[in-house]
Amino acid sequence: MSDIRVIGVLPVRRRRRRLPIGVGVAMGVLALAMLAAVLGRLIFSDAMHQDILAATLPPGSDGHPLGTDELGRDILQMAVAGTASALVGPVIVAVGSMMLGVILGTLAGYERGWLDTLISRWTDLLLAVPVLLAAIVVSGVMGGGYWVTVALLIVLFSPSDIRIVRAGVLEQSARPYIEAAQMLSLSRWRVMFRHILPNVTSLVVTNMMLNVAFALVAFSSLSFLGVGVAPGTADWGRQLTDGRAIMFQNPAAVFVPALLIVAVAVCVNLVGDWIGQRLSQVGEEAR
Amino acid sequence: MVAVRVLGVLGVLFVLSIVVFAMMYLAPGDIVKNLLGNRPANPDVVAAVRAQYRLDDPVVVQYLSWLRGFLTGDLGTSIRLQQPVADAIGDRVGITAALCLLAFVVSVAVAVPLGVRSAVKAGGWIDRTGNALSILGLSAPTFAVGLLLLYVFAYYLPILPVYGGGDGGVDTLRHLVLPAVTLALGLGAIIVKLTRTAMLRELESDYVTFARSRGLGEGLVRRLALRNAAIPIVTGASLVLTFLVGGTVLAETTYALPGLGTLLQDSVLFKDIAVVQSLTLLVAVVIAAIALVADLAYILLDPRVRRQMGAAA
Repeated sequence: MSDIRVIGVLPVRRRRRRLPIGVGVAMGVLALAMLAAVLGRLIFSDAMHQDILAATLPPGSDGHPLGTDELGRDILQMAVAGTASALVGPVIVAVGSMMLGVILGTLAGYERGWLDTLISRWTDLLLAVPVLLAAIVVSGVMGGGYWVTVALLIVLFSPSDIRIVRAGVLEQSARPYIEAAQMLSLSRWRVMFRHILPNVTSLVVTNMMLNVAFALVAFSSLSFLGVGVAPGTADWGRQLTDGRAIMFQNPAAVFVPALLIVAVAVCVNLVGDWIGQRLSQVGEEAR
Repeated sequence: MVAVRVLGVLGVLFVLSIVVFAMMYLAPGDIVKNLLGNRPANPDVVAAVRAQYRLDDPVVVQYLSWLRGFLTGDLGTSIRLQQPVADAIGDRVGITAALCLLAFVVSVAVAVPLGVRSAVKAGGWIDRTGNALSILGLSAPTFAVGLLLLYVFAYYLPILPVYGGGDGGVDTLRHLVLPAVTLALGLGAIIVKLTRTAMLRELESDYVTFARSRGLGEGLVRRLALRNAAIPIVTGASLVLTFLVGGTVLAETTYALPGLGTLLQDSVLFKDIAVVQSLTLLVAVVIAAIALVADLAYILLDPRVRRQMGAAA
């Protein structure tokens, strides 16, 4: 079966495009970050170890290349150890809201009718809610924590996914191949998830990448405001917040985690944009 | 059509007000203790609180009396500040409004022309710079930008104040410059993207080609296109607005501005529920009102919609 498909695709001329330098660099940075996320806690398992005698050392001190914070914790070790916490939440949020978006968006776009109305009103409502405000209020008043924040952000991020998937599904539903699939009396689930869904993947993947960047920013913002990640956890947002008190003694305490957050968010954005362009071009060529 | 929209907005606000009211019950711990804060809990005070919030009545009655209070400006008492919530908000609303307005004006003044240029010369150096800036603006958390500016201006370039809200008038304005610039970066990034996308679409359309073929000057063509592009830009206002709400909290916290954002943050951390409820609902009302205005502007901007309205009326 798969062989036949490959032959069918062959006549399309495949041009090899060179990877833009910026995107290549961004991919390298992200690969490094992932490596740090996996290994960071193993290598620097005692990164949160406090040593009051070595408190607030400036960058370039012996044994502490980026200095220490006011509790004597090494800035570099904390930054590396905090990668996992900084990346895992945003990725879960992006994947979770993407799954919500695919299910609800496909249903709304294909089934239409009252289900579509209901889902669309729901997304309208959520889109009018400022993500940060809702997250602050809920996790602040009801007692938050990391996983409450994750769940909350999944719900608050989902409307953009739902809308994008719905628009894509609407556009695909009008095409002849869907009519053909319906004529073969395939089940609606098969039509939705085996035939339509693969054709809106490029939209879904691009938006998911962008959501990772937004979620990273949202997470660190919540840490900055004192809700979200618990004190004493290795996390970039938390580290930055704690570092504010000694910003003028050791700027690295603030700007190292800040730089890491910005760098990862920029790289995710760059790679996401590039993947989006690639996928939509592949789609165009195959048509 | 307008009436339907207004009704829809009122419906949404009604649902939200129930959610906000329910916050009182969803907060962990005993409700009376939460409402008392750190006042000593002797029976008289407890009875007073129970009477004030009508805790012995059915929930529906409690909700209605709470809602009536909100609508008539009686927002309850802040347990943290020991003053009426309405006064606490009144004291701080000016600085937040000024900050948002300043940031909005700055970002529109820079971002709209930049977005138009980017679209007209797509792929050129302005476009690439604009694109890079908007990616940076979207990726850099507001507080990270704020802290960087704060550090630079406190340490290397001490020409602008970096802490607090000043003594009013021009002094306050000076205190607002850095927070406003901080906010404007993220805001501008969104507006550049919206403008560029909308302009690109318009510049590809037939009427632009026709206008050019008639020999209209490029400036005039751009103005024509921008008028049409204004519709999706204004419709994107909700995106801008929700960013602005979160961004204000962050910017105010970074620069220790005594505005609504810091009030919200402090109240949340203190579990000062009356203040949190009032602020949340207030923000919801403001957002709904601005979204409504944006929708009406949409009608004014699009002659086709206007004509339909006229025909229907």
